[in-house]
Amino acid sequence: MPGDAAGTPVVAMGAVRFTWPGKPRFSLSIDRFDVAKGERVLLVGPSGGGKSTLLSLLAGIVSPQTGHIDVLGTNIAKLPGAARDRFRAEHFGIIFQMFNLLPYGTVTDNVLLPLSFSQQRRANVAVNGTAADEAARLLQRLGLPGDEIARHRASSLSVGQQQRVAAARALIGRPEIIVADEPTSSLDRARQKEFLDLLFEEIEAAGATLIMVSHDEALAGLFTRCVRLDDIAKIGWGAA
Amino acid sequence: MIVLRLALQSLSARWLTALLSVLAIAFSVMLLLGVEKVRNGARQSFADTISGTDLIVGARSGGVQLLLYSVFRIGNATNNMTWQSAREIAALPEVAWTVPMSLGDSHRGFRVLGTTAGFFTHYRFRGDQKLVLSAGAEFSDVFEAVIGADVAAALGYEIGDSIVIGHGLGSVSFIDHGDKPFRVAGILQKTGTPVDRAVIVGLEAIEAIHVDWQQGAPVPGQGVSAEDVRKMNLTPQSVTAMLVGLKSRLAVFRVQRAVNEYAAEPLSAILPGAALQELWGLVGIAETALAVVSAMVVVTAILGMVTMILTTLNERRREMAILRSVGARPATVLGLLATEAGVLTLAGAVLGTGLLYAVLATARPLIDRAYGLSLPLTAPTSFELTTLSGIVVAGFVAGLGPAFLAYRRSLADGMTVRV
Repeated sequence: MPGDAAGTPVVAMGAVRFTWPGKPRFSLSIDRFDVAKGERVLLVGPSGGGKSTLLSLLAGIVSPQTGHIDVLGTNIAKLPGAARDRFRAEHFGIIFQMFNLLPYGTVTDNVLLPLSFSQQRRANVAVNGTAADEAARLLQRLGLPGDEIARHRASSLSVGQQQRVAAARALIGRPEIIVADEPTSSLDRARQKEFLDLLFEEIEAAGATLIMVSHDEALAGLFTRCVRLDDIAKIGWGAA
Repeated sequence: MIVLRLALQSLSARWLTALLSVLAIAFSVMLLLGVEKVRNGARQSFADTISGTDLIVGARSGGVQLLLYSVFRIGNATNNMTWQSAREIAALPEVAWTVPMSLGDSHRGFRVLGTTAGFFTHYRFRGDQKLVLSAGAEFSDVFEAVIGADVAAALGYEIGDSIVIGHGLGSVSFIDHGDKPFRVAGILQKTGTPVDRAVIVGLEAIEAIHVDWQQGAPVPGQGVSAEDVRKMNLTPQSVTAMLVGLKSRLAVFRVQRAVNEYAAEPLSAILPGAALQELWGLVGIAETALAVVSAMVVVTAILGMVTMILTTLNERRREMAILRSVGARPATVLGLLATEAGVLTLAGAVLGTGLLYAVLATARPLIDRAYGLSLPLTAPTSFELTTLSGIVVAGFVAGLGPAFLAYRRSLADGMTVRV
C-alpha cells in the first residue's frame, strides 16, 4: 500500500498534471503518490516513460501546472522558483545516472558543493566537526578511503568511484530525502549491489528516505517498496 | 567559496580558449587606447611645435597649407613672397620682429631652413622654450650651418664636419651644391619639433648656393666659386614664409588684415593656433574613422569571447544541471557565466593596457626618431579609464546572453544531465 501506516508521509503528491514548456504533447498525470519517512522506494518503468520527469517534479526543478506536491509538509508546487531551489538545497540529495561530478573540481569540493547552498546542512555537518572531516568520513564509509583520493580531480576517478562520490555529495549534511535517477545503470551487476548496500547503510544511518528510479525490476528485492510508474502515472502523448 | 573556486577551475580547464579570448580583447583594447594615445600625442606635439609667434606670413594659400609647409616642413610652398614685401611687413609699426624662412633645399633627406639669427631668438616651442645649442655656436659665416639633434644623431655629424646641400627635397639629390660645402657650426638640443630634423643656415647662404643658378639648374660654364660669392650682394630676392611677432597681441587681426589686403602681391597671414584648429577639423574625420574602426575591433573581440562561451555551453550543461541539483538558483547560474565573461574582459582590458604601456615604453624613441612624434608615458586619462570600464561592462552584459541561454536550457533539461 502506498503511504505505509507506520511512517509519516515525506512526499504526498495529488492531482498533479505536468507538461514540459515547449513540448505540450507530452503530459504526465499523477493522481496520487505518497512516500513515508524512512521508506526505500523503487520506481520502475521503461525508458522515456516519465521517470525523470517525476523526479524533477519531486525535487522542485520543475513545477506542475496543476496539483499539489507536499514534501515534508510544504506544497512545493506553490513555491516560487527561488524558494524551490532553496528547498531542494536544504532537503534533497540528488544522484544522477552518470556525469554527476564537476570533472575539474577535486573530490572533496564536489562532495562539499551542496553545503554552499544550504544553511541547515552546513549546521548539521558542523555538529560533528569540520565539513572536510565529514566529507572524508562519508567517502570512507562509501569505500573511498584516504586523503589522497579526496584531492584527486573528479575526472580521474572510475565511473564506480564517481557514483560513490555522488552518493557522498547527496548524503552530506543529512538531507531528509535522497533522490536517485538510475544511479547504478552504469555499473556492472556486482558493483550495483555493492553500491546500493553502501548507499542504503548510510541512508539508514542518516534516517533519510530514498526514492530511486530504474528500468531494472531485478533490484526490487532490495527496496522496502517497488512502484510501477504505470500504476501511479498516466503518460499522454496526444495533443495537449 | 566552493562555487567560485569551481567556476575558476572550470575556466582553467578551458584555459586555452579562455586565454585566446583574453588576448583578442587585450589586443583590441591596445589598439583602441593606442589610437587614442597617438591622436593625443600628435595633437600635443603639433600644438607644442610653435608658440610665441603671432602670425605666419607667406604667399597666398590656405591657412593649413601655409602652416604645414612653414612650421612642420610638410609639403611645399606654391609660391614665394618677395623680399620687398617681407621688408615692408617688418616695417609695420605693430610688428616687433620678423623671422624670414627660405625652404626648398635639403641635405640627405633633411630639409634645409634658410633663416636669420632671429630664428634662434624668437622661435619658441612647448610653452615658451627657446632653442638651445648642445654644442658649437650659431652660424657666423655664410657657409656655416646649425643642425638639429636628429640630423646630428642620424648622420653622426660633429662640429666642424663638412656637409653638402642637395638641391630639392629628395633624400637623394641628383644635383647638389657640391661646389659650396658647409661647415657644421652648432648642434641644437632635442626639441621634439621639426627643428630637430632641420639643417639651419643663413638666408644669404641659400642665396649664395643658387647665385650661379638659373631656373632651378646650374648654368654650365658660369660657376662662381665660394670665395667670389662672399663678395657678392647676397640679399635674397624672395623668401618662403615669415614668422611675425607683434608688439601687442591686440593688433593681431589688424596686421592680419593688412597682410591679406597687401596690394603689391597676394599674401596670406595666419594665426598658428587658428590654423591648427582648422587642421584638427580636417584630421578629425580620419581620427573619428580610426576610433570607430578600433571600437569595432573591440566589439569583434567581445563577440569572439561570447562565441567561446557559447560553444562551451553544451559541455557545460552538465555543470549547470549539477549546480541546479544541489540547489543553485538560476541567478547563481546566470551570475557565474556573466561573471566569467566580465572577468575575461577585465583581464583583457588590464592586459591590453599593460601591453600598450610596454610597447609605448620600448617604441617611444623609435617613433620619435621616425615620425618626430613624442608620445608621453602618462597615466590613463579619465576618458581612457571610462572607455576601459565601458568595455568591461560591455563584456559582462554580453555574457548575459549565453548565461540566459544556459539557464533556459538548464530549466528544460530538468533532472536529466545531457552531454
